[in-house]
Amino acid sequence: MAQTREQIINKYSADAENLLAMLHDLQDCKDENYLSEADIKDAAEYLNLPYTTVHGVATFYSMYSFKPRGKNIVRVCQSPPCHLMGSTDISKELIKLLGVKFGETTACGTFTLEMTSCLGVCGTAPAIMIGDRVYGNLDLQRLKEIINDYRREK
Amino acid sequence: MSIYRTHILLPVDDGTVQAGVFQVKRQLEELLADRGLTDEVKVLETGTVGLIGKGAIVVLYPDNVHYYNVREQDVQTIVDEHIVKGRVVETLDHAVAGMDVGVKAYHAMGLTRKQERVVLDKSWKIDPENIDEVLANGGYSALEKILDQEIEPEAIIEEIKVSKLRGRGGAGFPTGLKWEFTRKAEGDVKYVICNADEGEPGTFKDRLILEGDPHKLIEAMLIAGYAVGAQKGYIYIRGEYKLSIQRTQKAIDQALKINLLGNKILGTEFSFHLEVKIGAGAYVCGEETALIESMEGKRGNPRIKPPYPVTSGLWGKPTSVNNVETLANIPAIILKGAAWFNTLGTEKSVGTKVFTILGHVEQPGLIEVEMGTPLREIIYAYGGGIKGGKKFKAALVGGSAGVFLSEKLLDVKMDFENLRENKAALGSGAILVMNEDTCIVDMLFSVLKFFAHESCGQCAPCRIGTQQLLDTVYRLRQGQGSEQDIDQLLKTAQTMYHTSLCPLGQSPVMAVKSAIKNFRKDFVNKVQKTNQ
Repeated sequence: MAQTREQIINKYSADAENLLAMLHDLQDCKDENYLSEADIKDAAEYLNLPYTTVHGVATFYSMYSFKPRGKNIVRVCQSPPCHLMGSTDISKELIKLLGVKFGETTACGTFTLEMTSCLGVCGTAPAIMIGDRVYGNLDLQRLKEIINDYRREK
Repeated sequence: MSIYRTHILLPVDDGTVQAGVFQVKRQLEELLADRGLTDEVKVLETGTVGLIGKGAIVVLYPDNVHYYNVREQDVQTIVDEHIVKGRVVETLDHAVAGMDVGVKAYHAMGLTRKQERVVLDKSWKIDPENIDEVLANGGYSALEKILDQEIEPEAIIEEIKVSKLRGRGGAGFPTGLKWEFTRKAEGDVKYVICNADEGEPGTFKDRLILEGDPHKLIEAMLIAGYAVGAQKGYIYIRGEYKLSIQRTQKAIDQALKINLLGNKILGTEFSFHLEVKIGAGAYVCGEETALIESMEGKRGNPRIKPPYPVTSGLWGKPTSVNNVETLANIPAIILKGAAWFNTLGTEKSVGTKVFTILGHVEQPGLIEVEMGTPLREIIYAYGGGIKGGKKFKAALVGGSAGVFLSEKLLDVKMDFENLRENKAALGSGAILVMNEDTCIVDMLFSVLKFFAHESCGQCAPCRIGTQQLLDTVYRLRQGQGSEQDIDQLLKTAQTMYHTSLCPLGQSPVMAVKSAIKNFRKDFVNKVQKTNQ
């Protein structure tokens, strides 16, 4: 962990409006890409908000996770444009390739498979996002190559 | 500043990044250094051209030659042949353009129509991360005009009203009126917000405007703040749009440095501060009151209206919330005048509109054309027609909250009035084209799955209704449905329209109704299969 929880939280002024940004930072600083109970508790205390409020906010938004996740989060776009261009096959193939269902992490901790609403790269549908990188115009062959590349990097 | 004989522009967007534009850039820089050309040739990243599926794109100025699908191994040929010897590399996929590169490039690709660019005029001709280049190309001159000539805020609002600019986020509310309401609302503290929480499936125009020309948006926010009497503005950007966030923040920092933002801007009494707020993944936050809740650090649950944000918005203060594309029109209107703006588009739907064309078309992409351009022209002249010579079946216009149009409406003019007359809406400007092999039941399933996933759960009609719609259409799609299910879809969606709190729950009726009305056969086929 590059920064401690306290360091991250103290970067912000104690105003509720900073909650979302704070949660992003608390999540991003961990290799496992998730929010812990302690994160929620400390953020609530610092902002002088009830724990339940902060928990409610954190669970509302789909980018936050409460389960430790893999090193690479694979987000499959399932919105109508990607659906039309074959995202169902992409999803099935990913489930096969990674051996996990949506919301799960591979045993080796390399990948977490998630679905996402529109990624905003619809011109290259079907598309997925791994970490911060977007891959579009996918077919099953290309998908295999991409996943293999990430496996080798590990 | 040194003078370069050639500029190499590399449009950076998701399409070109995937195709390896950064590898091409690295290769270019290495080779230019190797050939000792670094002082003569400048390589820079720009915003998108709006072409998708053309791979990495390399544009050479002042020659106006565009190379498409450039791979790393092509770079050496471009450097040695074109840059050193001055010869266009005929063996590479390319287009030679005249003064207006956009138009000619489209010609060269076999597309006949020109684009009218107001919003995206500078998008790929400048380096969006370099404020000097922005200033040299007329950036911030609308703000300068206002401050120099001491134009009154009321006069600006009047100009925007006369321009007939309407919100490009979907609802089409007159921008000038929104600003006037905010200005006239009681209170000393007011805010302007730019809604860049673009989440409508099939829409990525705001992202490309932000990434291609973030300074234009900052200038527009300054003008909005000046007009409504706000000293603070926010740009709320989707958490997933990493590049947009990064570029916008960088642009703000640059503007701040030369006092185009901050206190006493350019030595006047006008002060304005701008901040980026980042979303965390919630479609409903595109609704303005949900967006405000989210900015306050809460769950993105929409508020009950009235009161509207213009009287009670962020922290209960009068707030004007405008879409990215709407704001991007402002500087041009101030500079060229409302009368000029009125020459574009139709009588009531004035100006241009940015559309995204997707799905089964030869050339998916982003275009800016005048309001009122027929759908057929957009699909065939700009989108290159249906992929693989197939027949057109349907277009989902306006994103998930949009309408399935059949062939009968191919000639509809794409503007607020004409679409409304045909029980459709412009929405976000997304046009998802489907060929003859597409099953509309399956597409409706995808649309309804999206709504069920994105319903915020605050009000029962939407929370329960989106799930019921999904269950019913799933049954039909699996071949387990009945005729009654088709009618039930309509009833449920209609009930949601009347009872839901916000546009999310009110929207599915558009897709459901149009899908069933225009493509009933697809539904009946599914039912008949069940009965066989």
